[in-house]
Amino acid sequence: MTKTQQIENPYIPEPARIVRHYDLVKDHRFFQVRHVDMKRAMSFTYNPGQFIMLSIPGLGEAPFSISSTPSRPGILEMGIRKVGKLTEALFKKKDNDIIYIRGPYGNGFKIDQMRGKDIIIVAGGLGVIPLRSILYYVLDNRDQFGRLFFLYGAKNPDEILFKTEFFQLKNRVDIECLYTVDVDTSGEWTEAVGVVTRLFEHLPEIDPSRSAAVVCGPPVMYKYVIQELLKLKIPKNQIQMTLERKMECGVGKCGHCVLDHLYTCIDGPVFTYWDTLHFRELI
Amino acid sequence: MRILKMDSKYLKEFLESLRMFGKLYGPIWKRDVLTHDHVENVDDLVLDGEHTLIPVKKLFHPKRFNTMRFNEEGFTPNYSMFEKRVLIGAHPCDIHSLLRLDEVFLTDPADPYYKGLRENTAIIGFSCLPTENSLCRSTGTDIVESGFDLFFVDLEDIYLVWVGSSLGHDMILEKEEFFDENVTHADIQKYIQWREMRNDMFKKSFNFRDMPDIMELSYNSEIWDYFAEKCLSCGSCTMVCPTCNCYTLTDVFDVTNKTEGRRERVWDSCMFVDYSLVAGPHNFRGKRADRLKLWYTHKLKAFGGEYGRPACIGCGRCVDTCPVDINVLTIAEAFTSCEVPAK
Ligand SMILES: Cc1cc2nc3c(=O)[nH]c(=O)nc-3n(C[C@H](O)[C@H](O)[C@H](O)COP(=O)(O)OP(=O)(O)OC[C@H]3O[C@@H](n4cnc5c(N)ncnc54)[C@H](O)[C@@H]3O)c2cc1C
Ligand code: SF4
Ligand code: SF4
Ligand code: FES
Repeated sequence: MTKTQQIENPYIPEPARIVRHYDLVKDHRFFQVRHVDMKRAMSFTYNPGQFIMLSIPGLGEAPFSISSTPSRPGILEMGIRKVGKLTEALFKKKDNDIIYIRGPYGNGFKIDQMRGKDIIIVAGGLGVIPLRSILYYVLDNRDQFGRLFFLYGAKNPDEILFKTEFFQLKNRVDIECLYTVDVDTSGEWTEAVGVVTRLFEHLPEIDPSRSAAVVCGPPVMYKYVIQELLKLKIPKNQIQMTLERKMECGVGKCGHCVLDHLYTCIDGPVFTYWDTLHFRELI
Repeated sequence: MRILKMDSKYLKEFLESLRMFGKLYGPIWKRDVLTHDHVENVDDLVLDGEHTLIPVKKLFHPKRFNTMRFNEEGFTPNYSMFEKRVLIGAHPCDIHSLLRLDEVFLTDPADPYYKGLRENTAIIGFSCLPTENSLCRSTGTDIVESGFDLFFVDLEDIYLVWVGSSLGHDMILEKEEFFDENVTHADIQKYIQWREMRNDMFKKSFNFRDMPDIMELSYNSEIWDYFAEKCLSCGSCTMVCPTCNCYTLTDVFDVTNKTEGRRERVWDSCMFVDYSLVAGPHNFRGKRADRLKLWYTHKLKAFGGEYGRPACIGCGRCVDTCPVDINVLTIAEAFTSCEVPAK
């Protein structure tokens, strides 16, 4: 075969440069990356809620949510927790080093259905990483949405990601930020204490049919958060959540991300609560 | 579709002539195992309908291969496995299994490796007779209407030959003198008798059509625990099932000091305990019963939002292979009767 050039291969990762990185909290690092090919960098677009596959030659490949918003093109942002082989190698990389990415993959949030509605974003722990994308998307397109509520909970103040950024948001009048920690170990925490569902007490009255919720967090969180959203009478198909499964290919071929009869990488990772009622294996 | 007739005495010479269309592959005996492999001598081909242990998927979705090479400069795909091939002796169920795999691997974005292997391989189907455990009549995959270039139905002294593609037509033209357009009433009678004889040979059957609902209704049934307790998580069922597509990727360094190596792709099994393990460690499917449910959901209920229908094509390999008798038959039987199998 000499036609190698013409074969489309969705698995080939493209080189990207680490533009900037800093530690969010212990073992959690923020990365800004840009495709080496500038044309590609500028034309690369995605939906909030989508993810990319990141490779380091010899150390494998894994999915990571895009944490930046397509309303700020040219740079991709990720928040990454160090857990194993690939992420450890990634944490050794410096600014200007090359990594490899492909994507974007997955469906992303159904933004069209969210337009004109009040938006409730509920994040637990690492779940705030993908939700940061939709958060900034709404803020950058502020006139297209109603009120914006951002509920975020972490185990303790040392685990709050994007602390500076998110506390600055509290100064804005067009967003209501509600933050909580399970326990205050620092003694300096000025926000609420308690699980994330407790924040619902602080929400003003909403019109459920004109509200949309997005949720991401650890598996245990979904059940309780969804109970609260249902108490507010938000329609089941207006509650979106992003789910995490093991992934190898990102394009519906390897089978690893299966959830009941669906593939999370192409049928998800965003599902509405209504979708999830139809499948038996959840969270 | 055109149907021609060929005298059986020409078979060997005709198959020999197909070498000009590519390297011949088909079921042959290798170290006491019947397997799809390169065919040196057409006499070695086993065309009587016996099933290979490992299904034909191995020629299109290889068990282990290098998808790309990597070095400091990035990744370069490896397409060295592409060659023109002619696969002889595909049974109807084999062809159906490829059509199912097409739904996964050729859906946009297509898998370039599967696609390349598929597009470079001509399919010469052969009729077969049911084995002890064939279930293809239950799954509606005992005959094929598409998915082949030529299809031979063995009526002893003659073959009826279905021409399924333009390439198949070219193959016929090369040996035009072997083929007869004139299918007689007697030939048709013979074919009908053969069909009836074959239909009567099936020893086993199951209620495939009703299984999607039954699976859905039985999701919380304690019968799953009975099977889960027996299952060895050996993964044999996934290896032999022609519609299992799962794989895993591993980067392997060359034995040098440089950053050089290959990204290898290997069949994986959802029956293995670490299949759904993610960093944390959090396992979404740590229980054996959950893994069995997943497999049978795919085979008997539905398969992928995009891909639709259940994946079982009734080859019977899970019946032949599972060391503890967990298979589509015992599962269908248990959930239809709501009773666990008698010892
Ligand atoms: C859609 C999606 C989006 C994601 N987004 C993000 C994101 O934005 N940020 C992020 O940080 N992660 C994200 N992840 C998770 C991320 O993909 C994994 O953390 C990553 O695959 C880890 O790769 P690794 O090679 O570093 O770990 P591996 O080397 O694969 O190590 C992790 C593995 O090691 C094993 N393991 C780990 N810890 C232990 C232990 N204590 N005991 C025993 N075994 C253990 C487990 O088998 C685990 O699978 C996302 C995943 C998905 C599916
Ligand atoms: S489930 Fe069993 S009978 Fe059905 S295709 Fe797979 S191996 Fe063959
Ligand atoms: S069902 Fe049978 S073949 Fe499959 S993993 Fe369990 S014991 Fe092995
Ligand atoms: S990650 Fe491979 S099928 Fe979803």
